[in-house]
Amino acid sequence: MDDLRYEAPGTLEAAVALLAGEKGEARVMAGGTDVLVLLHGDIIEPDLLVDIKNIPELNGITQENGGWRVGAATNCMDIVDHQEFSAAWPGVIDGVKLIGSIQVKGRASIGGNLANASPGADTVPAIMAAGATATVFGPKGQREVPVEDIAIAPGKTSLAKGEIIVSFFFPPRPPHSGGAYLRFTPRTEMDIAVVGVGIDLTLDDGGTCQAARVVLGAVAARALLVDEAAATLIGTAVDDDALANLAAAASAACRPIDDKRGTKEFRVKVAAVLARRTALIALQRAKQS
Amino acid sequence: MAKNHITTTINGDEYEFLCDTEQTLLDCLRDELFMTGTKEGCASGDCGACNVMLDGQLVCSCLVLGVEADGKSVETIEGMAHGDKLHPLQQKFLELNGLQCGICTPGILIAAKALLDRNPDPTETEIRYWLAGNLCRCTGYDKVVRSVQAAAEEMRKG
Repeated sequence: MDDLRYEAPGTLEAAVALLAGEKGEARVMAGGTDVLVLLHGDIIEPDLLVDIKNIPELNGITQENGGWRVGAATNCMDIVDHQEFSAAWPGVIDGVKLIGSIQVKGRASIGGNLANASPGADTVPAIMAAGATATVFGPKGQREVPVEDIAIAPGKTSLAKGEIIVSFFFPPRPPHSGGAYLRFTPRTEMDIAVVGVGIDLTLDDGGTCQAARVVLGAVAARALLVDEAAATLIGTAVDDDALANLAAAASAACRPIDDKRGTKEFRVKVAAVLARRTALIALQRAKQS
Repeated sequence: MAKNHITTTINGDEYEFLCDTEQTLLDCLRDELFMTGTKEGCASGDCGACNVMLDGQLVCSCLVLGVEADGKSVETIEGMAHGDKLHPLQQKFLELNGLQCGICTPGILIAAKALLDRNPDPTETEIRYWLAGNLCRCTGYDKVVRSVQAAAEEMRKG
C-alpha cells in the first residue's frame, strides 16, 4: 500500500481516463467517509484513489426543467441546508439527516452512499422512492440510470469500470405530493438501519392516492422497490384498510438476513410497522403541499 | 514513492508539510506538524475527537487525507483561544466542569463552536443532536451541554 497514488481531477473526462486507464485497483473517493475507513482498515488496498469531488458537475443543487439536480458529491450538510430543495423533497432530507454525525455529513454524499452499496444506506430508499435518476459518466459516455438499478448487492454496483455517478435528477413534483423516510435503529442517532422505509405519494384534488413508490431498506441484499406495496395505496384515500394492506405487502416483500442488528422475524415485523408510519407522514406532507 | 508536498492554511497561518497518501489530516497535524491538540479517538469517524474545520465545514480529520488539505483552510483547537484569552466555550467548559479526562474536549469545542457560529441560541435538544457524534466516556454529557448553553448565553451578550 506504500505506493498508493492520489489524483483529484477537475473534469469528468480526466477522472474517467484515470479510472479506466489504471492497471491496478482504482477506487473512487468523494467524501471518503466509507473509502477511508476501508482503506485504513486494510479491507481495500487500492493503487489509485481518484477524488472526484472537485469536479464541478458533481457539486451543487440547481433547478432543472421544473425538477432538481443534485451533484453526486454534494455533501449532506449542504443538502440539508438547502431550503428550497428541502421543502420540495422532505423525504429525501429525512434520509440525508440520518447519515452519521454532523462532521460525517460535512463530507458524506448521496452519490457515495449509493455507490458504497450498503443495503442499509439511509439515503437510498429515500431517493428511490423519490423516483430519482442517476446521471452516470464513463468511458462510453453518459447514461441516465434509475437509482434502483445502481446498487445490486452489498458492496456491488452495476457501474462499469471507469464509470462514476455524476448527479441525481429529482423530477418535477405534481401538487399534493409528499414523501418520507423512517428507519428503525436501537438508538436515535449514530446507528445503522435495521429496517428503513421510504415512501412517496401523490394525491389528486379529492385526496385519492394517484401514484406511490414504496422502498424497503436493510431487509434484502439491496434496497427493494416494492410495486405490490405501492399498489395497496394507489386508488385509496390511504385509510386504515389501505395501511393494513401496505403493512402486509411490506412484510411479504422482505428477504432479510439475521445479523447482530436484528433477526429475520424482527425485520419482517418492523417493516410493516414502519411502512404504515412512513405512509402517514408522507400523506400528511402530500396534503400540505 | 516520493512524499506529497502539501501547502495549507492552519488557523490563518500558512504551513507546508510532506506526507504519504495514506496519512490522514489528523496524522499530518499530529505527526508532521506536531499540533497535538486534535485528538485521535476511534480513527474511523465515529467519535468526533479529531474534529476540525476544513474550508468552513466541520469534519473528522481522521476521514480526510492530508493530501486533500492542499490549498485549503484548516481550523484546529490551537486557533481557538486568542493568546491567553480563552474562547467563551473554553472558559465555560473550565468553569462548569464540561470535561474530565479531556480527550474528547477539543473535538467537542470545535463542534460546539461550529454550532454557535450558525445558531447563536440553540435549544438543548439542538445541542444534544449536534453533538451526538462526539463521544465522551466521562461526563455523561450533561455538563458538556450546560457548558455550551452557558457559552452561548455569554456570546449573545457580546
